[in-house]
Amino acid sequence: MTAALPTEEISDARLARAARWKIAYEWLAGAGRFMVFNILPGVTGLALFVLGWEILSQHNAQLPGPGKTLDAALVLFADPFYNNGPNDQGIGWNLLSSLQRVGIGFGLACLIGIPLGFMLGRFVVLSRMAAPIISLLRPVSPLAWLPIGLLVFQKADPAAIWVIFISSIWPVIINTAVGVTRVPQDYLNVARVLQLNEFRIMTRILLPATLPYVLTGVRLGLGVAWLVIVASEMLTGGSGIGFWVWDEWNNLNVEHIIIAIFVVGTVGLLLEQAIMLVAKRFTYE
Amino acid sequence: MNRFVSVEDVSIEFNSRGGRFLALRDINLQIAKGEFVTLIGHSGCGKSTLLNLVAGLLDPTRGVLLCNNREIAGPGPERAVVFQNHSLLPWLTCFQNVHLAVERVFGGKEDRSALNARTEAALELVGLNHAMHKQPHEISGGMKQRVGIARALAMEPQVLLMDEPFGALDALTRAHLQDELMKIVSRTASTVIMVTHDVDEAVLLADRIVMMTNGPAATIGEIVDVGLARPRDRLALANDPQYHAVRARVLEFLYKRHQRPAA
Repeated sequence: MTAALPTEEISDARLARAARWKIAYEWLAGAGRFMVFNILPGVTGLALFVLGWEILSQHNAQLPGPGKTLDAALVLFADPFYNNGPNDQGIGWNLLSSLQRVGIGFGLACLIGIPLGFMLGRFVVLSRMAAPIISLLRPVSPLAWLPIGLLVFQKADPAAIWVIFISSIWPVIINTAVGVTRVPQDYLNVARVLQLNEFRIMTRILLPATLPYVLTGVRLGLGVAWLVIVASEMLTGGSGIGFWVWDEWNNLNVEHIIIAIFVVGTVGLLLEQAIMLVAKRFTYE
Repeated sequence: MNRFVSVEDVSIEFNSRGGRFLALRDINLQIAKGEFVTLIGHSGCGKSTLLNLVAGLLDPTRGVLLCNNREIAGPGPERAVVFQNHSLLPWLTCFQNVHLAVERVFGGKEDRSALNARTEAALELVGLNHAMHKQPHEISGGMKQRVGIARALAMEPQVLLMDEPFGALDALTRAHLQDELMKIVSRTASTVIMVTHDVDEAVLLADRIVMMTNGPAATIGEIVDVGLARPRDRLALANDPQYHAVRARVLEFLYKRHQRPAA
């Protein structure tokens, strides 16, 4: 009886095969761990949420359940861009007009807020001048600004844009100003030794060094703008996702209100992620 | 002896919570054109403060500083600084970092291609033309420091001020950059003031070593003439009695007569 092992069999080819298996196994194990610890909790949370919603709707005849809402959503999203006159437009049109208002109002807030923040950060006197005004006006509820807008512009649409503008400008100003004061002294020493002029200091040092802070301000400001749009459109009416929510409340179409909540949440999330992507691109070291 | 850089009766005080704090007192130092001077002392002795005074980043409380017979009234590109932590702008490439300095100094007199040529020449001088278009976070610490040196040299300064330029580097990289610096300085005949806390570095590089007493109210304790011939070779110096004599004198100053204060 020979127990001679076929030693040639434990060859390079076999070792390589074993190594490949090991890599595949480790990859699978890693992917599995990722699923269990990162994906699964989120999915479970969502499932529990839907379950809770379903139970609530079982006990409350007014509240439509997930299934009913999904059915309504499928009908709604089948034709988002219909237009039956100014009071009956598809959800797509309403969403676009809300985005347009936020775009204009928040765009103006950035256009004015970022340079203003730079000036406040660069010149201490200006910052001290502005400090009491900012502290006083920043905590004011966005909708308190609406009557002023209606008074000045005499029209609902610019008034809504005004509300967006005034409520989203504060985080932009404040974060920009803080960013400018936090520019590392090393970089400013470089500017001093080179005796760069104010324009070069601005474009080569302050602007890039401050950009991450500015983008944080923009992200917060956009969040506020998107929060405020629903409320202000409820009051000003005409078009927009806020108006649509109010309109569906008047029609007692609760499914649509719930859909609107999900739509507003999803769009807000997408806007934030988009800015995070931009911010990542401009973060150094 | 000509006085290219002259520090005359300089004292500097800072405002601190406990009142006025006298950091440096009665500093007198004359540096000739083309001379390499190192400032050495224990940490907190104000050697960086003295360098910043020459750079113009700080103003003296008393006394006056002159460079090329003009009072130093602020920072300027004729006194280029190599910062301790390289201070490259992270959003610019190595080329752009150097170019910013070149453009500032020569932008009024030269056209674009000449400015680019100067920038490339400076990076070539420190052996970095291959990494020209990389950003600072893509290169090693030693390379960053070399870009910092290139930026300073590209300005063709009257005085090169270096604040512990190699302090953050590992010993091998440091030795390599010291050798490079000696070559560059001999080629450009620069006047250099370098802050260091490394005795070997001070002796290897300097014509004179300025040794500072401990703070507060620190001042120059002693100045040693190194007197070693150039070009210097670190291996040959290992057996040079003059090298060891100077080194021993500096060590004695630092560790016997002016021991580090209990921290």
